[in-house]
Amino acid sequence: MSEIDELFTELRGGGKKAFMPFVTAGDPDLEFTTAVLRELTAAGSSMCEVGIPYSDPIADGPVIQASYTRALEKKIRLAEILKTLGELKDLSAPLVTMVSYAICHRHGLENYVAAAKQAGVAGAIVPDLLVEEADELAAICQREDFSLIQLVTPTTPRERQKRIAEKTTGFIYYVSVTGITGERTELPPQLVDNVGWLREQTDLPICIGFGISTPGHVKLLAPVADGLIVGSAIVRRICEAGSGDRDAVLRSVRDYAAGLIAALDSRS
Amino acid sequence: MACMSETSTQKAVANVPDAAGRFGDFGGRYVPETLTRALDELAVEYDKAKVDAQFQAELNDLLANYVGRPSPLYHAKRLSQQCGGAQIWLKREDLNHTGAHKINNTLGQALLTLRMGKRRVIAETGAGQHGVATATACAHFGLPCVVYMGEEDIRRQAPNVFSMKLLGAEVRPVTTGSRTLRDAINDAMRDWMSSVADTHYILGSVVGPHPFPRIVRDFQSVIGREAREQSQQRLGRLPDCVVACVGGGSNAAGMFYPFVEDEGVKLIGVEAGGRSSTAGDHASPLTYGSPGVLHGSFSYVMQDEDGQTCDVHSVSAGLDYPGVGPEHSYWKDTGRVAYTECRDAEAMQGFDALAKREGILPALESSHAIAKAMEVAAGMSPDAVVLVCLSGRGDKDAAEIARLRDG
Ligand SMILES: Cc1ncc(COP(=O)(O)O)c(C=O)c1O
Repeated sequence: MSEIDELFTELRGGGKKAFMPFVTAGDPDLEFTTAVLRELTAAGSSMCEVGIPYSDPIADGPVIQASYTRALEKKIRLAEILKTLGELKDLSAPLVTMVSYAICHRHGLENYVAAAKQAGVAGAIVPDLLVEEADELAAICQREDFSLIQLVTPTTPRERQKRIAEKTTGFIYYVSVTGITGERTELPPQLVDNVGWLREQTDLPICIGFGISTPGHVKLLAPVADGLIVGSAIVRRICEAGSGDRDAVLRSVRDYAAGLIAALDSRS
Repeated sequence: MACMSETSTQKAVANVPDAAGRFGDFGGRYVPETLTRALDELAVEYDKAKVDAQFQAELNDLLANYVGRPSPLYHAKRLSQQCGGAQIWLKREDLNHTGAHKINNTLGQALLTLRMGKRRVIAETGAGQHGVATATACAHFGLPCVVYMGEEDIRRQAPNVFSMKLLGAEVRPVTTGSRTLRDAINDAMRDWMSSVADTHYILGSVVGPHPFPRIVRDFQSVIGREAREQSQQRLGRLPDCVVACVGGGSNAAGMFYPFVEDEGVKLIGVEAGGRSSTAGDHASPLTYGSPGVLHGSFSYVMQDEDGQTCDVHSVSAGLDYPGVGPEHSYWKDTGRVAYTECRDAEAMQGFDALAKREGILPALESSHAIAKAMEVAAGMSPDAVVLVCLSGRGDKDAAEIARLRDG
């Protein structure tokens, strides 16, 4: 059983849902990334997603794109990111990387998984790797007991959703909207029903991400999901850490996360 | 030439890609799940259109009566004389409506857009030729059109920006990254991520996820088919050598594809050599790069050792791109096409030579092919024939060339 499987077994046992914040590694620097991951975990996050900056992230909206650009301007390298994550092994929450296939491929799939595992990372979300192209990486992940989290979107036909579910380990990442990352005021009205359908097809945990930013969203989605992923709303707050008062930013991120976690717990 | 490709034992065939969009190892589909359905639909619809006589008739009618095809094959005698070697013949894609080969693809894809019942079109553009050709096809069919273009390219290809607007398209400036073609593709893909239900993305080269490399190659192959037939008619034989510039690689793929199985015909693809061979100074992934993933396909790319796409440079906006179509990677690794580079300064000399010796202003992109063809022809006998794809005309570049010379 992988670290992520254990987490969801435990959460499900306690009738709880996962809060999963996303932060960009190295935005504005790795020291801050360490600090913010500690804050987010202390506030009660179940798992943290760490974005590996990439030069051409086509699934990302302006907020996350800009965070990648800020990190890459400082010439951040994968090796330094993994070294930093390796120093966070005492965190109670598992870490997963959001990483482009371009990066995994360049390092070599075996090397990527080995290095991430070595750093204590529990799995990977590879947003530009489709199920048809995923066999090679999936086999390596399987061998290493490293979760390969695959995505389902509103445009994914139902038969295909089942196929993706069969090939996924850890949890299914259910993308809430047809579009790129970024906060939304409204989520699609069919979302809850659609996740509900997938829920009946698989025992895998289903976590919903993209667009989620308010306690209202959290209350709406918590009943059908095992966890909720919040990215841009957090990265937007972190954006001020480059120029402003870091402690104030950490406080604002923690308070924001705590508010969403409270909304998540209040219903479960 | 030191940078020519190494030859492998496997021979290139025309019957590619496979159902997964693979040209040998290259190609495939590396995109967010959100786009899969639209790409699958596009592949299915294209397969139907390909064998639909009515679709083909409609496209051929447009190519003949709207674009002005077949484009002439022209013997550039005074240019040949200057080189003192082989005869240089030009496939005149510059004489197409809108001034470049790009229209061959945009009309085909606009027809596919209508077939799929989509009501809006987006595109990226570098030199602006694909943007103009897309705006033109959309005006012709009454489709709304948004073109993404990097700010740097908006500056250096201003005439095409005016044309797109006059044709009714909206030009959206892209301000991220290097503000060139690569960033324009990123933003077009992001638009498509949200708009995919009712929008078709008319991608402008043989790049991107399957099935784009195949579709664009097929629509552009009219260039090579005509050139092959014209050669047979006018010369009584096939050319000895065919030369084309390679940005994403669509004019080259269209020119080369019908010759792939003619083993006696040497094919030469010319990348943008920029200022030097140092990474960042050129846009020559086949010459200096390595296989990797960019914009949805596996192909040669300029990437650093961490997998980040490198900044690239070319004087020509249409070649200023760190990636290349997967079929070119396949042709490189099988040794079927020899890829080489041509520097900015040489391309400018090619431009001048064609202007002064033949009265033709070539696009800066095409000038790379002209310059390389002159070099190649110089070393060949007078009865040999070098056929060059003159992919576009240079009016768009006149002001930028003047600026570069004054500066
Ligand atoms: C005239 C011309 N030639 C060549 C190119 C390069 O594209 P490709 O390599 O796809 O033919 C462009 C692109 O804008 C162009 O305008």
